[in-house]
Amino acid sequence: MTFALVDCNSFYASCERIFRPDIKKRPVVVLSNNDGCVVALSKEAKQLGIKMCEPWFKIEKSFLKRGGVAFSSNYELYADVSSRVMQTLEYLSPNVEIYSIDEAFLDLTGIRDLEQFGHQCRTTINRWVGVPVCVGIGPTKTLAKVANYGAKHYPATEGVVDLSDTKRRKKLMSLMPVREVWGVGSRINRKLHTLGIETALELAEMDIKLIKRKFSSVLERTVMELQGYPCIGLEQQPKTKKQIVVSRTFSRKVNDLDSINEAVSDYAARACAKLRRENQYCKMVSVFMRTNYFRKQDRQYHGFKSYRLFSPTNDTRDILNATRQLTKQIFQTNINFIKAGVMLSDFYDEGVYQGDLFRTIDKRINSEELMTTIDKINTSGIGKVTFASQGIKKSWSMRRLLKSPRYLTNWEEMPVVK
Amino acid sequence: MKIDYLGDASEEDLSPLEIPYFLNTVRVGWPSPADDYVERPIDLNEYLIKNSAATYFVRVSGDSMINAHIGDGAILIVDRSIEPSHNKIVIASIDGSYACKRLLLKPKMCLMSENPKYPPILINKEEELEIAGTVIAAINLY
Repeated sequence: MTFALVDCNSFYASCERIFRPDIKKRPVVVLSNNDGCVVALSKEAKQLGIKMCEPWFKIEKSFLKRGGVAFSSNYELYADVSSRVMQTLEYLSPNVEIYSIDEAFLDLTGIRDLEQFGHQCRTTINRWVGVPVCVGIGPTKTLAKVANYGAKHYPATEGVVDLSDTKRRKKLMSLMPVREVWGVGSRINRKLHTLGIETALELAEMDIKLIKRKFSSVLERTVMELQGYPCIGLEQQPKTKKQIVVSRTFSRKVNDLDSINEAVSDYAARACAKLRRENQYCKMVSVFMRTNYFRKQDRQYHGFKSYRLFSPTNDTRDILNATRQLTKQIFQTNINFIKAGVMLSDFYDEGVYQGDLFRTIDKRINSEELMTTIDKINTSGIGKVTFASQGIKKSWSMRRLLKSPRYLTNWEEMPVVK
Repeated sequence: MKIDYLGDASEEDLSPLEIPYFLNTVRVGWPSPADDYVERPIDLNEYLIKNSAATYFVRVSGDSMINAHIGDGAILIVDRSIEPSHNKIVIASIDGSYACKRLLLKPKMCLMSENPKYPPILINKEEELEIAGTVIAAINLY
């Protein structure tokens, strides 16, 4: 078998550059919701010593002074660019697994000149979409990830590494810290360190039985994959989600029930639209809200409560009833809230739920038609229909002062040329 | 002026690329005898967009390309997958912003406006030329 991992370089920052030729060489950072901290940075920003997750207010002045450019996250743009990258990959190779917004695995079994194929991927995506990618190739998915690490870290590779050759594989793994291996989290990393394992190669050469005894069968699979035995196949069907969470940080401290209710209702309505997109029905609704841990002078509080519905639903009105009650129960006065969220879980496919014997399922009339119509309007790009409880002014909503235009998804914001 | 009739346009021109193929997909009982004659409504997307992954729209500001029938406010359809070549209308990066110009490779490499008011921009080295796609159509609303 042969797999490739195609991974976009500093994806969000690269998206911001597509329609801005003036910032091609300048340091670029993208900020999290509310412009809180750095979630993506270009190579040039890295060279200035900026790190992921750094709070924006700490670096703002010196970063801008040194010629840096910052953007609020523009997910409309990133999602559209991502789908273009994936579409291009599907044109190049028949078997594509979309792994995340900026990564995809390809099944390259049967392709003869792998390195040439890798370069073809790179140049095609760069030409068609305008974002740079790296391609890692190996006999297993875990080794394709290792190869991608090499392609990213060593410019001499020109962004493509093929690890079909076992000597090359060993060399790269001996240079790669074990925590960079796919599937090795920080806890496993610490435990491996106590066993004296520092590099990917040392992990690959471990005794499999020992790994299974001391760790888990998951890490055993990782070691097998590092040794070149494929254990993980390509998943072309996206898994059905097990839960949906919508949560946001507020733009300011919020301490009144009305605003919290609006925010939670808004998140609930978004979560319901996602649920219907997955064709699922849920029975469990949870609401959570918390204070700002960094404001030591404030009283700290984290509230979480769940409600089990009598029968599975995806009708926004049922969910809103539940979240409104939960919000009232969790809310406390004289507390400065900074974040709230809604979680839907316990999912059912349509029609599989066995109803309660003593309770007839009281489904609302025309529920499906109404929800379908609302979703259609809200995705049409023409206007939005919301429930009154979602609020109108949304004074609590996110701060995105530095957002770039929605170049690819909005008629009013497309790029302008002279 | 001679005009060829192409067919009826669908109501949803320029809507997302969702195309109804046949009216009766599940055949129950007698198929409609008209089914064999059902065609798709004409879809402008199909006509204008050859490679959707590589195609984007830009809006024109100004009159520098007026003699190529590209007016102020026109929407250009730009395909990044088409190799820019001599005499093609392209989107090029000039002084840090994108502009629409005609690319000439001979006798000297330059970017031409289609309006005598604007002088051609000479390109000294190929590396200085950065092209962000080839314009394949312009839409002007009257």
